[in-house]
Amino acid sequence: MNNEIVQYLRKEMFPNIWCPGCGIGIVLGAMLRAIHSIGWEKDEIVMVSGIGCSSRITGYVDFNTMNTTHGRALPYATGIKMANPSLKVITVMGDGDCAAIGGNHFIHAARRNIDITAIIINNMIYGMTGGQYSPLTPTGKIGTTAPYGNIDQCFDLTSLAVSAGASYVARSSVFDVIQATRFIKKAFLKKGFSVVEIISDCPISFGRINRMRTPAEMLEWIKSITVPKNKWEKLTPEEKEGKLPTGEFLDINIPEYSKNYQEVCIRAQQGGKDK
Amino acid sequence: MSEKKRLEKILQGNEACVEGAILAGVRFFAGYPITPASEIAEGMAQRLPALGGVFMQMEDEIASMAATIGASLAGAKAMTASSGPGICLKQENIGFAAICEVPCVIVNSQRGGPSTGLPTKPAQADVMQARWGTHGDHPMIVLSPSDVTEVLNITIKAINFSEKYRTPVMLMLDEVISHMREKVIIPPKEEIEIIDRKKPTVVKEDFLPYKADDDLVPPMANFGSGYRYHVTGLVHNEKGYPTSNNKEIDYLIRRLTNKVELNKKDIILEEKYLLDDARVAIVAYGSVARAAERTVKLAREKGIKVGLLKLITLWPFSDDTISQLASQVDLIVVPEMNLGQMVREVQRAAEGKCRVISYSRVDGELINPLEILAKIEEEGK
Ligand code: SF4
Repeated sequence: MNNEIVQYLRKEMFPNIWCPGCGIGIVLGAMLRAIHSIGWEKDEIVMVSGIGCSSRITGYVDFNTMNTTHGRALPYATGIKMANPSLKVITVMGDGDCAAIGGNHFIHAARRNIDITAIIINNMIYGMTGGQYSPLTPTGKIGTTAPYGNIDQCFDLTSLAVSAGASYVARSSVFDVIQATRFIKKAFLKKGFSVVEIISDCPISFGRINRMRTPAEMLEWIKSITVPKNKWEKLTPEEKEGKLPTGEFLDINIPEYSKNYQEVCIRAQQGGKDK
Repeated sequence: MSEKKRLEKILQGNEACVEGAILAGVRFFAGYPITPASEIAEGMAQRLPALGGVFMQMEDEIASMAATIGASLAGAKAMTASSGPGICLKQENIGFAAICEVPCVIVNSQRGGPSTGLPTKPAQADVMQARWGTHGDHPMIVLSPSDVTEVLNITIKAINFSEKYRTPVMLMLDEVISHMREKVIIPPKEEIEIIDRKKPTVVKEDFLPYKADDDLVPPMANFGSGYRYHVTGLVHNEKGYPTSNNKEIDYLIRRLTNKVELNKKDIILEEKYLLDDARVAIVAYGSVARAAERTVKLAREKGIKVGLLKLITLWPFSDDTISQLASQVDLIVVPEMNLGQMVREVQRAAEGKCRVISYSRVDGELINPLEILAKIEEEGK
């Protein structure tokens, strides 16, 4: 690993718990490169996670870090941001963590447009518990709790974030780490709720059960299902089946929550509700 | 003299709770609407912005608890309030606050349960949940004021205990105390003891976030203060990192409970009323303690030597006082607005040295002084 990002790691925590070939390390590298190129101080960064393989990221990075309860990274992060708005607050979540048990928090963090970045590592499965299907497992794929094929529709977190009120929304994958890093950096710098979903590989809990035995096969598959947004728009509905658009879906500047709250304080201090 | 500065106000219990919290330094509140606790959120929404504090109405009870803990880690004195159904939802994150040692106060304005139960009627049926609601062995400080003035003062205590012992503290009100209006004397600031969490004094390189002092409480660094560390709900070592080392696991789990148990003397708040010559003791808490005080007077008018032990701190439990009391009296009566929850603790602590009986009411009505008296007279026959 190159030096510029090693300085952000807690070396005593290594080796890490992830399986060989897991995509989470790629996302971690992308996040650290983005932080390095922005030049943030370690002391001003708070990284908050929930529960799952991806949530273990917070243990390995030398910031103010928190590994909270399943699905709840965003409300914890909200409390931190509001108590000290000068902090740079980042959450890292998995697909089950963010889209299932934490789905309501995700919607409302976006609705408030609070200045927090949500990095969602979407490996389309509950990895840590052994491969149960998640809300982002593609229809038809196999999970340990969907042994005959998943019949659930999987939903689109980026569309959800756009309609719920976020400021920046993008999707990339571990196959295109340069693009992922670029999106993550933009998300970190956005004043408002920013979302980057990164399609990642879980060769152990998703790959093996879905006949992609090696990390390389999984990456090939990710490459085959991800389509740049401009190409995606030209596809027929049949061609879109089983594929995911990548790119930036939203990049706007709208009033941010902790800033708006300052105005509430000023109004209260002036003694009137209507000033 | 500060008499002049003593401010008198007619306050509802929930308003007194807001007043006490603000006096104690609470500057972050996250909540969700629920009867009979909503006035606490409304009061905070009104008051905190002018003080530069933060009020947030979250998307649900779980988020309210999480945001409260997050804010505390970022340095704010933080509180949330709810009632039974909401307290149920908060439990997982209360456990997180306990194992990560994050100061915070959770107010439970008790209503009848289970489930939606009796939203507008009082109960005391959550006192065991308050102690054991979240899973695993964990510490819990639980306080229960019995009138509106006490709500204000005990709210300040609750905040202080949470900061001093780095642990969640539950403040148990009930629908009646929450909504009852009484004259409250608001103490001047300089007369109020305020306790802040202790901060690390070591250089950053030597900082071990979960290394406890002699009082078993580790100094706490706020996020952003330059002491970077990891907070995890996994069992962790002194460095704050997850551990599977048996010794480290055992040490943490015991220390968490012991930091409260070994500081019982400081934490247990109780009041004795006419117990010196008593042959019968009433052990009561919350709004029932108030009725019981009246029972004592009525009984004494009739020549029956009754006294009252009012528990303000429910957990940790007053084992020692109860044990002494049991050696002195013939009978202990425990009136509660539940089917007999704390009475079992009293029986345990009394160790068979006297008779201990329960008087229960679960119909949504307060227990009145005459019913307790009737119970005493009936048992005395
Ligand atoms: S189970 Fe999957 S997601 Fe979890 S560490 Fe292994 S490969 Fe990565």
